[in-house]
Amino acid sequence: MERFIRLSGRAAAMPAANIDTDVIMPKAFLKGIDRSGLAQGLFHDLRFDESGAVRDDFILNRADMAETRFLLVGPNFGCGSSREHAVWGMLQYGIRGIIGASYGAIFADNAANNGLLLLSLPLEQVAALMAELGDGAGDMTVDLDAQRIAIGSYAAAFDIDPATRRALMLGLDRIGETLTHADRIRGFEKAYLGRKPWLMGAER
Amino acid sequence: MSAPKTLYDKIVDEHRILSFDESGAAGERLLLYIDRTVLNEYTSPQAFSGLRAAGRAPWRPAASLGVVDHVNSTNPDREAGELDDGARRQIEYLGENGRDFGIEIFDLFDPRQGIEHVVMPELGLVLPGMVIAAGDSHSTTYGAFGVVGFGIGTSDIEHLLATQTLVYRRLRTMRITIGGTLAPGITAKDLIMEVIRRIGADGAAGHAVEFAGAAIGALGVEARMTICNMAVECGARVALMAPDDKVVEYIAGCPRAPSAGLLTQARAEWQALRSDPGARFDKEIALDAGDIPPMVSWGTSPDQSLAITGIVPDPDDLPAERRADAVRAMAYMGLAPHTPLQDIAIDRAFIGSCTNARLTDLRDAARILKGRKVAPGVRAMISPGSSGVRRAAEEEGIDRIFIEAGFEWRRSGCSLCLAMNDDSLAPGERCASSTNRNFEGRQGIGGRTHLMSPAMVAAAAVTGRLADVRDLAAEERD
Repeated sequence: MERFIRLSGRAAAMPAANIDTDVIMPKAFLKGIDRSGLAQGLFHDLRFDESGAVRDDFILNRADMAETRFLLVGPNFGCGSSREHAVWGMLQYGIRGIIGASYGAIFADNAANNGLLLLSLPLEQVAALMAELGDGAGDMTVDLDAQRIAIGSYAAAFDIDPATRRALMLGLDRIGETLTHADRIRGFEKAYLGRKPWLMGAER
Repeated sequence: MSAPKTLYDKIVDEHRILSFDESGAAGERLLLYIDRTVLNEYTSPQAFSGLRAAGRAPWRPAASLGVVDHVNSTNPDREAGELDDGARRQIEYLGENGRDFGIEIFDLFDPRQGIEHVVMPELGLVLPGMVIAAGDSHSTTYGAFGVVGFGIGTSDIEHLLATQTLVYRRLRTMRITIGGTLAPGITAKDLIMEVIRRIGADGAAGHAVEFAGAAIGALGVEARMTICNMAVECGARVALMAPDDKVVEYIAGCPRAPSAGLLTQARAEWQALRSDPGARFDKEIALDAGDIPPMVSWGTSPDQSLAITGIVPDPDDLPAERRADAVRAMAYMGLAPHTPLQDIAIDRAFIGSCTNARLTDLRDAARILKGRKVAPGVRAMISPGSSGVRRAAEEEGIDRIFIEAGFEWRRSGCSLCLAMNDDSLAPGERCASSTNRNFEGRQGIGGRTHLMSPAMVAAAAVTGRLADVRDLAAEERD
């Protein structure tokens, strides 16, 4: 997983509320058994019309947005399905960070597990950042080390969960970390299943 | 004496292997033991590939079950069902992973195949007090059994398979107390849709929601599953109900239920699975079931819904922050403000999904369909929640009612709920649907979804437009 420490790049605003993972990664792109080819699927039905032609009115299709690194989003972004393809597609497309007020919970976990930065800021602050973008696009810097975000003349500090921040900055192998506790897990399991024999009784 | 605890915190505490911060409060980061998972063919492949690449094996293979449900055809003739290359590869890979890692798989031709959240409970694999995490957002369904059930992504499936744990953050708690009695013809689906309408698509975000009150206790276990299933549509990460005698009776009748002796032992412990008197919730909401009408959605988010007797709202009457989304939703749905919902004509009717395709749902719809015909020009389909539900319905003769009314009696799968298979709406087609999400493009690019209960879908199918099931039920009584 790629580390996130400090990054500057183009930011695009998508202010609608409740943008769900069906919209972020439509079903046509869910038929793989690997993680490849998902950049094409990202926001596919917003980027392309039914004939496959580019929709000029969609923000990521603007000529100046080819290298978009950040999205500024409306509340409850990434609600709906658990499909991690939505997060894989973001990263493959080049999106490294999302700034909004709130997120679908599974989407947020998926982002953390893949090194996609999600910042949760108060609604008013998200609105102020969007206003700073003017026509919906601009340059932004997110410094995760210093916990500061800047667009144009607007700069602010942000809070982030320390464990998530650490994982993003170090790019950790989560399963490897957990398996350092394998003895604790084994001990717990033995006692727990011993206490509740009906749990195993239901298994094949 | 220790402080009164919520049901949610009791279950989390019982599964806490270690705490990374020892806070014991909401936000606590801990290593959580997971009792069981169910795997499907579309969110699990990359998890298995990750295990293979790292040379890891599942921690406890017997704790997992794999079921084909998302991509398969629902063609009544299983052998003839269309599968695209991607779907075929996903199904094959699930089978291969099952064989290589010792995990039981129900493939397409298994008589127990069905939608994962229907199959797990009907087998008796969902037991009170468990934690069940699975690669599907509707894993909240298991809350009907007093289970902490929640959806996870593929990276966490891999973590769970490799360690039988998840690194978990303790949620805040919310209690939704529903008093009173549902009026005749009103179902659990209407109840949860009203909750979602009232609190919004993110109204329970970050919370474990416990449903309580007389109206919940009066519901059957399958109806309770509908509520917990759809609680994710208001942002709930976990939905819970205290298990009662109905739950124990339900489990006792299942093929994989613990033996009678073990069940007696379990039952004694399950009685403690309730929030203590005086337990504090971060949020409390109360509703009266008697006020709830038949609900339908008009927009593209599950919180954009209304009583069937209502009219499509005027965006100007909505709060400022909801206006732009409502305008966009109406444009997508092809609806004008002030249109009476009962004037909206439909092209398709669908009964299915992990929300509403269990035997009681089928009975509800069949009661409306009996002696009636699907309106001309409407294509109506039913995909029972599992192959077991399909067989049970056939034994009762319910299949005949659907078929005689003009419904296609399909095989089981997620089907038109998310249209990953060949069941799909054409652009502009409008569907009365017993499913859980009315998102743009979910049932097909340009497809228009109206969510409602199975009985309301039946009413719409025979009327040819969105209809009030109470009017049809009244005709029956006359």
